[in-house]
Amino acid sequence: MEAIITQQEAKRHPMDNLLRMDRMPHIWCPGCGIGNAVSAFADALDKLEYNLDKLCVVSGIGCTGRVAGYIKVDSFHTTHGRAIPFATGIKLGNPDIKVVVISGDGDLVSIGGNHFVHAARRNIDLTVICVNNFIYAMTGGQVAPTTPTPAYTTTSPFGNFENPSNVPQLAEAAGAVYVARWTALHMRRLTYSIVDALKKPGFSVVEVISPCAMYYSRINKLGDGLDMMKFYYDHSIIKHGEPTDHLEIDYQKEIIVGKFVDRERPTYSESMGKWFED
Amino acid sequence: MKETNLAVLTGSHDLTGSQACAEGGLSAGCRFLGYYPIFPSFDIVERFAERFSDVKGVLIQMEDEISALAAVLGASWTGKKAMTVTSGPGFAQMAEHIGLGVMLETPCVIVDVQRDGTSEGSPSAPGGGDIMMARWGSHGDYEVIALSPNSPQEMFDMTVKAFSLSEKYRTPVILITDTYVSNLNEAVHIPDAKDIQIHTRKYYKGKREDYLPFQYDAKDLVPPMVDVGKGYRFHVTGLTHDERGYPVMDEKCQEWNVHRLVQKIRIFAEDIVDFEEEQTDDADVIVVSYGAVSRDVIHAVHQVREEGIRAGSLRIKTIWPFPEKKITQLAKKATHLIVPENNFGQICLEVERCARGRAETHYLYHASSRIGQSDDIVKLIKKVMKK
Repeated sequence: MEAIITQQEAKRHPMDNLLRMDRMPHIWCPGCGIGNAVSAFADALDKLEYNLDKLCVVSGIGCTGRVAGYIKVDSFHTTHGRAIPFATGIKLGNPDIKVVVISGDGDLVSIGGNHFVHAARRNIDLTVICVNNFIYAMTGGQVAPTTPTPAYTTTSPFGNFENPSNVPQLAEAAGAVYVARWTALHMRRLTYSIVDALKKPGFSVVEVISPCAMYYSRINKLGDGLDMMKFYYDHSIIKHGEPTDHLEIDYQKEIIVGKFVDRERPTYSESMGKWFED
Repeated sequence: MKETNLAVLTGSHDLTGSQACAEGGLSAGCRFLGYYPIFPSFDIVERFAERFSDVKGVLIQMEDEISALAAVLGASWTGKKAMTVTSGPGFAQMAEHIGLGVMLETPCVIVDVQRDGTSEGSPSAPGGGDIMMARWGSHGDYEVIALSPNSPQEMFDMTVKAFSLSEKYRTPVILITDTYVSNLNEAVHIPDAKDIQIHTRKYYKGKREDYLPFQYDAKDLVPPMVDVGKGYRFHVTGLTHDERGYPVMDEKCQEWNVHRLVQKIRIFAEDIVDFEEEQTDDADVIVVSYGAVSRDVIHAVHQVREEGIRAGSLRIKTIWPFPEKKITQLAKKATHLIVPENNFGQICLEVERCARGRAETHYLYHASSRIGQSDDIVKLIKKVMKK
């Protein structure tokens, strides 16, 4: 009897408690980096030994929007761009719940950009994990607010001429208390950043630069997911505390990663509580 | 004082429609209001802002109406009764999240204080053009519940009722009113807290591991709910989903999912429908109205009755679902149905459909500037009765 249990346990993946194994295989393409972000997040939860009953994940729409459906906690897959306000409602409705928003760059920075800015300003106690793959992947490879100039996409067949967003700079300027950026290659450092972000009261942002093998690197002839990982290995430079205005990402140039912001500001709930106490 | 005593201001008060609406929300147990400032709905928020600290509620001014309703939906999943208030342009922005609220079966109340449209329109004039938007505003198939008060007292009563219906049917409920009613100052009686009947959402009581977010009761087609943070580790999505809440992209699941959402309101429409009849038994001509305009109809009906015209009034209190059976029944008795509206013809289309040609339907444009006067209604009644 004992032997059977051991055998079953041997078959269990260490993340079985954190992931919805009944939904595997997931929808992400081979070579995609979203799985890495999910692994790092799951690993961070494991390290923190959180009470998962009190944790909630909210996602928007897109490839990364599907993350909520694979993590075995209370999770919401909402509308495009509106994960942050939905999460705000949950956090204010029940402040005991740790709310994490995991979504993509298009979802958080483009259609949800205003919510991102205002949640950071209010310093709502949320952790935002923004997977940035430089492109709208689920809708078919359209140009994104993060697409570097002059990358090709299906809607910029002559190259992108728009100025891309710098996510850490946007987060810092809006008021985020913790801002870090890693690539899908930096698994250990990414995990520790997510741990830090989850521990930090207030609006924390972790950007994860991720390969999109199906669209971004295919259209730009940059190889597959592994080639992108090699590129990150060669071109990412760790510079903790780098001023966020230096963090723009140019096409196939260096990517500065690290922890850039770690500061103290009263959270929305703290400010509100204090205000009405007085 | 206890929280409920502070929430329910039992007694008679001189209140505007807006104030009565805020009091209705508080009495119904609303403890979360997410909003974005817009004229003329803002008076409701002002009242709530004065009162929300009494009841330890949460009031948050979001960055737009899209996020206001998103926050309300999120708060509702924590077990809070939640509402948002807005006016025309803001209501248009909320459309996508009405769909999400329906799909996630999230109880909440949306108050739309209509102003004259189109687009920015005439913000201070009482509008009536959002009736069909309330019904069809979000994309895809769904059924909605919308209530139309015509006095400050009803602003109170119907806000309470809206919360009750939203909790019972697990769906967003819209309170559709206008500047005329929201600015009106009248006596409002707030009953004892124990006399206010509020339906609270059905909670799941089975084993934690057996919980399926959309496993519904065959009795009422409504799945029991759980709050976030109680250890059920559920997943819900705005995508077409099965009873586990997982997305399933096939026709069978689409049918299973959306058909039930429609049916859970349609089947019980007659339980939800509410209206007020006056002198319809012997009426040859019946004026069908709702909201602010219905205040003028009563005067018109009384006036023509004195002149010997057998007129009656049907005042619709639940616009959606529409009282189809009642209209069909009245159309069999009366020869003419008059529908005065402060829009260019929205509910008259429904009345005409339900009359099925048995009575002639006449539409009357009762402009916002005419609210408070009934001469045009009287004139049309006389015209159709050829007197």
